[in-house]
Order: sequence, then structure tokens, then C-alpha cells
Amino acid sequence: MRECVLKAEHLTKTVDSPAGPLTIVHEVSVEIAAAETLAVIGPSGAGKSTLLALLAGLDLPTRGRVVLAGSDLTALDEDGRARVRGQHVGFVFQAFHLIPTLTALENVALPLELAGLPGAGAQARAALEHVGLAQRAGHYPRQLSGGEQQRVALARAFVRRPAVLFADEPTGNLDAQTGANIIERLFALNAEAGTTLILVTHDHALAARCARTLRMEAGRIL
Amino acid sequence: MRTVRFALRLLGREWRSGELGVLLLALIVAVGALSGVGFLVSRIRAAVALQASAILAADLRVESPRPIPAADFTAAAHRGLRSAYAIGMLSVVFHGERSQLTDLYAVSAGYPLRGRVLVAQRPFAPGTAIAGRPASGVVWADSRLIAALGAAVGSRLTIGAGTFTIGRVLISRPDQASTFTGLVPDLVMNAADVARTQLVQPGSRVRYSALFAGTPRRVRAFRSWLQAHLGTGERLRTLADASRQIHGALERAERFLNLAALAAVLLCAAAVAMAARRYVTRHLDTVALLKTLGATRRSVLGLAIAQLTAIGLLTATVGCALGALTQLWLVHALRGVLAAGGLPAPSLAPAAIGFTTALALLGGFALPPLLQLTRTPAVRVLRRDLEPPRAAMLLAFGPAAALLVLLIYWIVGETGLFLRLAIGLAGFIALLSAAGWALVRLASRLRGTVGIAWRYGLANLGRRRTDSVVQVVAFGTGIMALALLGILRTDLTGGWRRTLPADLPNYFFINIPPASRAGFAAFLRAQGAQPQRMLPLLRGRLTAIDGRPVESIHFPDPRGERFATREQNLTWSATLGSANRLLAGRWWSASEYGQPLVSVSSEFMRWLGLHLGEQLTFDVAGDHFTVRIASVRKVRWDSFKPNFFLVFAPGLLEKQTGTYLTSAYLTPRQARSLAQVAHRFPSVSIFDIDNLLRDVRAMLEKAILAVQSVFIFTLLAGLTVLLAAVQASSEQRRYESALLRTLGASRATVTQGVLAEFAALGALSGLIGAAGASAAAWYLTREVLNLPYRFNVPACLIAIIGGAVLVAASGWIATRATLNQPPLAALREGAQ
Repeated sequence: MRECVLKAEHLTKTVDSPAGPLTIVHEVSVEIAAAETLAVIGPSGAGKSTLLALLAGLDLPTRGRVVLAGSDLTALDEDGRARVRGQHVGFVFQAFHLIPTLTALENVALPLELAGLPGAGAQARAALEHVGLAQRAGHYPRQLSGGEQQRVALARAFVRRPAVLFADEPTGNLDAQTGANIIERLFALNAEAGTTLILVTHDHALAARCARTLRMEAGRIL
Repeated sequence: MRTVRFALRLLGREWRSGELGVLLLALIVAVGALSGVGFLVSRIRAAVALQASAILAADLRVESPRPIPAADFTAAAHRGLRSAYAIGMLSVVFHGERSQLTDLYAVSAGYPLRGRVLVAQRPFAPGTAIAGRPASGVVWADSRLIAALGAAVGSRLTIGAGTFTIGRVLISRPDQASTFTGLVPDLVMNAADVARTQLVQPGSRVRYSALFAGTPRRVRAFRSWLQAHLGTGERLRTLADASRQIHGALERAERFLNLAALAAVLLCAAAVAMAARRYVTRHLDTVALLKTLGATRRSVLGLAIAQLTAIGLLTATVGCALGALTQLWLVHALRGVLAAGGLPAPSLAPAAIGFTTALALLGGFALPPLLQLTRTPAVRVLRRDLEPPRAAMLLAFGPAAALLVLLIYWIVGETGLFLRLAIGLAGFIALLSAAGWALVRLASRLRGTVGIAWRYGLANLGRRRTDSVVQVVAFGTGIMALALLGILRTDLTGGWRRTLPADLPNYFFINIPPASRAGFAAFLRAQGAQPQRMLPLLRGRLTAIDGRPVESIHFPDPRGERFATREQNLTWSATLGSANRLLAGRWWSASEYGQPLVSVSSEFMRWLGLHLGEQLTFDVAGDHFTVRIASVRKVRWDSFKPNFFLVFAPGLLEKQTGTYLTSAYLTPRQARSLAQVAHRFPSVSIFDIDNLLRDVRAMLEKAILAVQSVFIFTLLAGLTVLLAAVQASSEQRRYESALLRTLGASRATVTQGVLAEFAALGALSGLIGAAGASAAAWYLTREVLNLPYRFNVPACLIAIIGGAVLVAASGWIATRATLNQPPLAALREGAQ
């Protein structure tokens, strides 16, 4: 078996609600191998996005632990987790999350700039070219269509060749045709870079393109 | 370094997106206001410092109404000190038919011992230093005198009984009264020529000065000797007390201007806080994303601090440039009030204050929200409802409040005054906020009675109540200050006139020798003028109260201290005089003439802590008189009639040598005959009150204009608060206007609604400003200026209408972009 890049053990997330403690993720344990593609599917409110946040170290579990690229995220402080993410993780979001005051090129260069890597501009330009947006490098997000914005987000996610890519409903804000294009590019880039892909979706057809599927309901893996 | 570069690039993007405009404007206005005042004050301070070393034209100076004993000069020479002397007096100088009251200053060889006399060939030209004094028969007349007389270098002037040639234009002499030019022009002549003028008669008002200079050790030793040998009426002036008075006046002016600037800074602080709050709200997503992409909290904080520092440095630089321009304008506005000949260049200290202010405002008002921002959880990229944990109130507002308190304390510089001011300021803001709150509430209730556009506008005002109240307070303060100064200017210049009858004496005549008394009155009557009563004038010094020497008495009021140590004008009179009213005691009857009685003005009683029936001892030209306080008078000093603090019973002082004074009303035609006065009565000095009043009024107007200019900053600061508030609500406004337009409202209706909202806001501010200014003007005119108060309707209308127009126009300009956006785009953005 290939090397394990992400391992979660007994992950549980409980939050306070007006009706008392509410468990959103319940005793989830999972191991994901390098270059594996995994879909997490389930209805709205099943806890998919929360699980993704816990696996990526964006949030801390109430119980259990996550080991990402050899680092125990639950033992690190906020800045420590940020460093692990910066080094090993890429993201694609449903709402694109581009910085409105930066151009497409600057948005793509952002992870490289934050890590203080040299040649950020050239690498970002190459990444934009790879998603077919070289001619839009100087445009601001508001000047781009939804599909184009998500392609910029893809370029940003892959520019550092991350070990793990988290995608949260990447086609949720796009029409079917544009969404299909984005998915094609996502999988193409993933295959090319050998990245581990963890995809949260409620689209079964999309989930079927992944090598493995985790089905969630009421915070549990079925 | 990498963080700084990255931060600057991000900042550049923010700048281009127009997000930073309000923050930058608020900081620039605050720095501009403080540094503008600072630059001006530093220039005046430098001028004072320059003059302080030479203000006495000596290291030590003795001044006296009588000639200085020769023994003083001999003693100085024995101690190795250089000496000189000067004789000063007021007299009318003639050039043909034209005349001008002038300060004559006759100097001995060696003058000035310190400092330089500057002269030129043409009036108002830059001066060059000159050694020596005018030769006999030659005078140096200052630019104003030459202009007033229509003379030039080489012209012949008549001074008393002598005729002199103008040799040079006097630009400045070191011992001019102060930095602020006096009201009377100046003329320097040779002391040897004084006798030729015949101006010095027994009892004439002449100032004699002895000047001494030498090494500090010798000067110190001689000062002790002088102090021990000081004669009656003689006053010793050292460098310290020469500059103290100017410093006092300057410090008060500085404090006042700084407080005006501080009002602008406080408002700008509110705008900075509002802009920072918006910045934080708009950057929550960005920070969450940066953290998701690997940025640590420290690097986010580093970015924020680097950006704040860059903003601070940029705005401080631009603000200081604005301050320098403001200062140039203030110097221009104050021309004539400030010393001629140019002020020294400003120091760089106000620039340092400007930089500190910008960084402190950012540190106090923008940094705490930014610190909050760095705590934004990364998981917000998935759940937008998550925000950073709320900071404790103390952490959020503590630094800002502490900073404001420190800033006010630093400017006020005196604990007692600071406490009174802080309490007053808090009360004032609370009152203004309460009034603003009530008005906003009332306005939003009125919306049922008005059309759709106004209803929308007034509803907006009521909905953003806190923001509305902050803006009403901000604009109200600015408008109030400007309106108050406008009202006072009108009252001071117009109200004064109103209290005076048309035939009020416009000429005062002093130094009338007793022998010429009847002749002078006959002369005036021959010209068609009706002289007022002729009053004797003597100089005397208070030496004891109820037998206790005044030197041993502590007077709590500094004015009392001054009165006890200076020579006083004394007179005697059989009648009370029309501008006098008895408050206590009894006016003397004919049977009491010759008895040792004195009538004292109420101010003099209060300042020296005197009581009816107490015994006062006076030294009049070496003779001692002890008199009982028989009555206390309330004097109307603004009656323009000769009045005295101290009036003796007739028959007591008649044997002393004195002079007489009187006043008369002369038409301009009759006044031309005054040229003869100099020939027939050379010692008589003439005061032209018309000219004096005109000069005072011109100076006052200039000073008020300068202060108003500083308050323009307050109004500008109010505008930044408005812009900050508009910016904070722009998304909401954009969404609502799109919604209204989608529902069928025309663009005109939406625009009218916006105009209505801001016009109402401006009118409310104007109303508060007008009411506050009227109340303050009522108090100041009645209680401080002693003038009848007249409600100034035009000023109030200007305040209200001007406020409405200014704020409506600014609000419309600020919101125009949001109204012009296509409804679909706005709705999409609003729905996100």
C-alpha cells in the first residue's frame, strides 16, 4: 500500500447550541493514501464541511486527532497548523474566495508570497497559463466570470504542488457546463501533480469519479 | 523586509480600490490642523526668542517717569558696565498739514547695547543693521509714520517746537514693546535734540530708561546694587520679566488654537475609528483566507502593522505639508498683527507632532480593531457566520481613550485646567449628543407627514441613529465654533459703536501744562469744539495700606500685585462724573474739600482686597499722603470719557505739579486745525480715538479670521466623519437603492431621498450649532464684553441653511457612486 498522507482517529466535534451540546462529527476515523482521490458525500447538514475543516486543520476537534503529512495537527497551535497548511495543503472553495483587491495573477502568487518563495510571479503566471487564463492575469476578480474565478482558484490551489487538495463543493456556484469544465481541469491537474484529493460534494456523479467514497449522515460515516 | 514589501503591495491595491480614502483624509486633516497651528506658533516663538535677547536693548534696564539719577550711571561705569539712556514720549508729529500721534524715542550714544537697529531707504523694505544713532537734527521714522504723513526720506517733520529731517526709514529697533506691533508709529531721534522740541515740561508724561550691559557676572552684581538703590517709581527690568508677558500671551493664544485643532483631531479620531471598523468587517474573509493559505497570526499582524505604519507616514507627510500651507495662510491673515519684517522659519518640531499624531491615532483607534482582525478563525472560509471573538471593552477602547486624555493633557499642560476642561468637554459632548439624539428621534417621527423621498431619507436618519447622532455632534461643533466667532466679530465691531453717541469725544488731549489750561480750552472752543471737563493728572505710587507697606502684602490677584508696584494716574474732582455710579460710601461735600479722602473704583477695591474706610498712603513726587477710602465707584470704562481708578477730594493735591487732560468731539474739518496745537502747545499729546478704534477693529478682525481658519479644520473633520459613515453604510445603501429602483422608484426619487437625509442631518447640526453659538455669544457679550446682546438672526439662518446645503452636497457626492450602479449588479452583491 502507498504511504498514508492523512490519518484521522476518532474525530468528534461537539458545539454548544441553544438546545444543548450538538455533535456534528461523531467518531470518524479514516486513512488516506498519497495520490488517492476521496469523495465525501451526504445530504446538507451531514457534517461534511466540518469534517473537511477538521482534516485540513482549519478547526480543532473536541476529541480525536489528525495527522497530516506527518504532523499531528491537534498537537499544534494555530500558527503551527497554518504553517503545515501553507506547506502541504491546497484549497478550492464553493465561493472561490479570491481577494477582491488583488489581480488574478496576484491571487495565484499569494501562497508563494506568504511562504516567501522566490520567483512567485513567474510560477503564478505559469499556473494561470495552465488553466487557460494567461490573458486575464491583470484582471480583478469582479472582472471575471464565475468559471474564470474558479479557474484562478484552481491555479492558486496547485501553484505550490500541495500534497493534499481539499475541494469544498467546487461547482456549487457554477452552471452545469462550467462546473463540468472545472471538474475536468481539477482531475487533470490532480493526476498530473499526483496530489491527494479530498472532495466534499452532494453530487453523486462527481463522487463516482473518485477512487473512494465516504458517505456521511448525521455526523457519522456510514 | 519581505513582509514590508508584501504589505506595501497589498496597501497599494487597497489604495487603488478606493477603500482607504476616508482613513487617509481623516488622518491628513488631523495632522494638518495640529501641525498648522504648531508651525505658526513655532514661528512666533522663534521670533519672541530672537527678540528676547535684545528686547531690552540691554542686559538690565531701569525705567522711570523721572530722569534716572547720574549716580546709577557712575556706579555702572565703576563696575565695568557699558551704559546708555533713552527718553520716550508720545507726541504728534507734523508733515505740512498732516499729523500723526507718534512714539518718540530719543537715544544717547551707545544705543542699543544689545540687539540691532534696522533701517532702510524706503518704507516697508527689508531692513539692514546700522551702527550709531541719528545725527542731531535727523530722525529715523518708521514705515507706518512715513505712510501716514505722506512723507519720504529727506522730508522735514515738525516735532514740538523743532524741525527735523527724515534720514532713514526705521524698520525695527530691539526694544519695541513686543512682537505684536503697537498701535502708534515709532520714531528714533538723538537724545541731544529733546530740548529743541520743548516737549518735556514739568509734569509731562515721559519715560526715562537707563540701559546697562556687560558680562553676566558683572551684570548680576550690578543688579543687586540697583535693587538696593531703586528710587520711587523706578522699575528694574531683566531679560526674564521682559519676555514673561509675551510668553504668557503667546501661551494663551497657543493653547486656544491648539484646542481648536484638537477639536478637529477628536472628530478625525471618530472617523478613523469608523473607517477602521469598516476595514475590519471587509477584511475578515481575506484574513481567514490568508490563514487558510498558511499565513500565521504573527505574519498577518506584521502585515497590518506595516500597512498602518506606511499609512501613518504617508498621511503625516501630506498632513504636515497641508499644515505648512495653513500656517502660510494664517501668517498672511495675521499680517499687520504680527511683527513686520518677516517671522523666522518654522521649526521642525510640529512636524514631529504631526507624525506622532498620525501614528498615535492609528495606534489608538485602528490597531485594536486590527488586532481583533488577526484573531479571525481560518474556518470562516467554510462558515461565513464565524467572526473573531469580541475583545473586552477595555482592550478595544482603553488605548484610544487613554490616548485622547493624554493628547488633551499635553496640549493643556496644567492639571487644574485640564480637569475643568475634561469635565466641561464631557458635559458638552453629552449635552450635544442628547440634543442630537432628541432631534434625530423627532425628525424620524415626522416622516409620516412628508412625501416618499423625505420619508425614505428621514427613515434612514432614524435607522442609523448612532451614526446620525455622531455626525450631528461633529458638524454641530464645527458650525457652532464658526457661527460663534462670526457673531462675536459682528458684536465686537458693531456693538461697540452702537453704545456710543455720535458726538462722543473722538480726541483726547493729555499733558496740558497747568499754565496753559485756560488757553487750551479757549483754543478748542475757538475751533468750534466743546471740550469736556478738564481733569488734573498726577502720577503717584501706593506705598501702604492701613500702615502696612505694600511690599509686605501678598495680593492673590496678579492685577492687584501690578497696581501695588506701579505708578498710578491720580486726579481730584468736585463732581462724581456721568460715567460713575456710587456703590458704597458717600461723595464729598464742599465742606470736606481739603480733607484726606479718596474715592476708589470697584475693580481697584477687588484686586487689592480693600475695604471702605481703610487708609491708603501714596507717594506723589516724593511727598506722602495718607487718605481714607470715602467711597467706592462703579465706572463705565467704555464711555470714552476720562476716568480714573483713584479720585481724591479737591484741595489736597493741588500743590503738586501735574498736568491736565480733556477730551472733545471734533469734526474732520475742525480736526485739521489741530496742526496748530503742536506750535502753540508743544507738550500736549493728542490721541485720535477714531483711528485707534479702527486699528483695534482691524486687528481683531484679522485675529478672528485666523481663528476661524483653524475651525475650518473642525468642519473638514466633520466631513470626514460623514464620509466614514457613508462608506460604512455604502453596501446597505447600494442594495437598498437597487431594491427601490427594481420596485419602480425613479433615480430622481432615490436621489431626493438621499438629499433629504443629508439635508435634514445638516439642518439639525446647523440648528444645534446656531443654538449653542447664540447661547455662548449671549453669555460672552453680556458678561465678558459688557455689550448689549442682540440675537443675530442672519448668523443663525446661515448656520442652519449653510449646514443643510453643505452636508446635503457632501452626502450626495459621497453616495453618488452607489446610486449609479445598475440594480442587478447591486442586488447580486447584496444577496451574496
